[in-house]
Amino acid sequence: MALIECKNLTLGYEGKPIVSGLDFKVSEGDYLYIIGENGSGKSTLMKALLGHKCVLGGEIIFDKSLSRKEIGYLPQQTVIQRDFPASVKEIVYSGCLNGCGLKPFYSAAQKKHAKEVMAKLGLTELENRCYRELSGGQQQRVLLARALCATKKLLILDEPVAGLDPVVTRNFYQLIEEINKDGITVIMVSHDMNAATEYASHFLHICHTPSFYGTKHDYLCCDVCRVFNAGGDEK
Amino acid sequence: MIQTLTYYLSFSFIQYALIAGLLISLCASLLGVTLVLKRYSMIGDGLSHVAFGAMSVAAVCSLAPMAVTLPVTILAAVILLGMSSNGKIKGDAAIAMISVGALAIGYLLMNVFTVSSNVSGDVCTTLFGSTSILTLTKNDIILCSVLAAVVILVFILFYHKIFAVTFDENFANATGTNTKLYNNLIAVVTAVVIVLAMNLVGALLVSALIIFPALTAMRIFKSFKSVILGAAVISVTCTLIGLLIAILYGTPVGSTIVIADIVVFGIFSVIGKIKNR
Repeated sequence: MALIECKNLTLGYEGKPIVSGLDFKVSEGDYLYIIGENGSGKSTLMKALLGHKCVLGGEIIFDKSLSRKEIGYLPQQTVIQRDFPASVKEIVYSGCLNGCGLKPFYSAAQKKHAKEVMAKLGLTELENRCYRELSGGQQQRVLLARALCATKKLLILDEPVAGLDPVVTRNFYQLIEEINKDGITVIMVSHDMNAATEYASHFLHICHTPSFYGTKHDYLCCDVCRVFNAGGDEK
Repeated sequence: MIQTLTYYLSFSFIQYALIAGLLISLCASLLGVTLVLKRYSMIGDGLSHVAFGAMSVAAVCSLAPMAVTLPVTILAAVILLGMSSNGKIKGDAAIAMISVGALAIGYLLMNVFTVSSNVSGDVCTTLFGSTSILTLTKNDIILCSVLAAVVILVFILFYHKIFAVTFDENFANATGTNTKLYNNLIAVVTAVVIVLAMNLVGALLVSALIIFPALTAMRIFKSFKSVILGAAVISVTCTLIGLLIAILYGTPVGSTIVIADIVVFGIFSVIGKIKNR
């Protein structure tokens, strides 16, 4: 069953298309990597999936079981967050906000769910610590926990390992893999080809038009992939 | 000294001033945390200049100051907070532009259409507050208290949403929180607080009331909730100290309060440094 289906999608800003002709499906349980050079339209595609107004043509169809509010999103860190006085608990809880509607406070069930997520990601001991005093890897885990509080189905990650050291990066990827195996669909935007070939089930390579969409096996055998890996030398 | 104090405190206008002052500083500090963290510290300054401009228009046309200042400042706040996210003129430049523009217009109007005999005295009073807090009437106090209560209520009801929008607008937006709505809410509340606070410390010193308690609390406290509560307590305490000193020794109310804020900020900075070592 397709969770998200994009049909002949054109994306851009102020009438100027950035990427066009996108046709792909994301099914439940997939681990999709979106790959492409800087400026190729990866981020625009992600923004469109998250509901920003940049769809110029075509359509994005969400499965009935998936509301746009229920997408877990791990954005890149902003400057504001680096010195933000907030405890881990407060940040993770804020992921539950989409389930609150007009209610001003979190329910006991939401708090319980958030606690479970924190336990799963090994954050329970850190829950009262200050976010800005954590290491980069720990901060990323906190944001992942928040994203998991917001969703039960789909996780979208934007370059989640940028700036992390190799060991932490590896742990982080393993965590994502476990989450994926638990049944949550993952869409990842990244430049990290090594990790991509190790973990992904599907690939979408875009360069203003989609150059490739398919499973991992097909992608690794195609020309687009070889050229990209060689840093564009074989053009 | 205690005797003089109780003597002064028996006057109703002093009691009014205390009530209004404490409520206003409580509101200002609540909001200040969000504004400082969103990097909008200067917005208080900009908006207070706008309020000054609006106030001089009101004075020239002999209208009730609140009736003009409040809507104009709210409008300016919504425009400014909206601009900084997607305008061609970036947020800080827009604030600078609007604030000096309003200041110039206000001063010009007050000079050209002189209503009173002492223009520079009037301007000075509006800019630095001097004694206006001590001349509030009972109606002013009621209005002040109602507005302050609304601000505090809004803050409590939308506390978690305000946190989410402050910490990470992208995420909040992606997960279905209407960030635009809450940004506008913050803008409107900011405008209300600034117009209220102008009575207390004057247009030029409003920013101090907004940013000092937040920054002071951030030296020591490490979660959002504790920073907010800390800022509220610090702000109310400083205003109380400032007001009492001003009443006892006849110093200008606004600057005395701000100096109390500065001193507490200094103390907290030192404690924070020692704690983090």
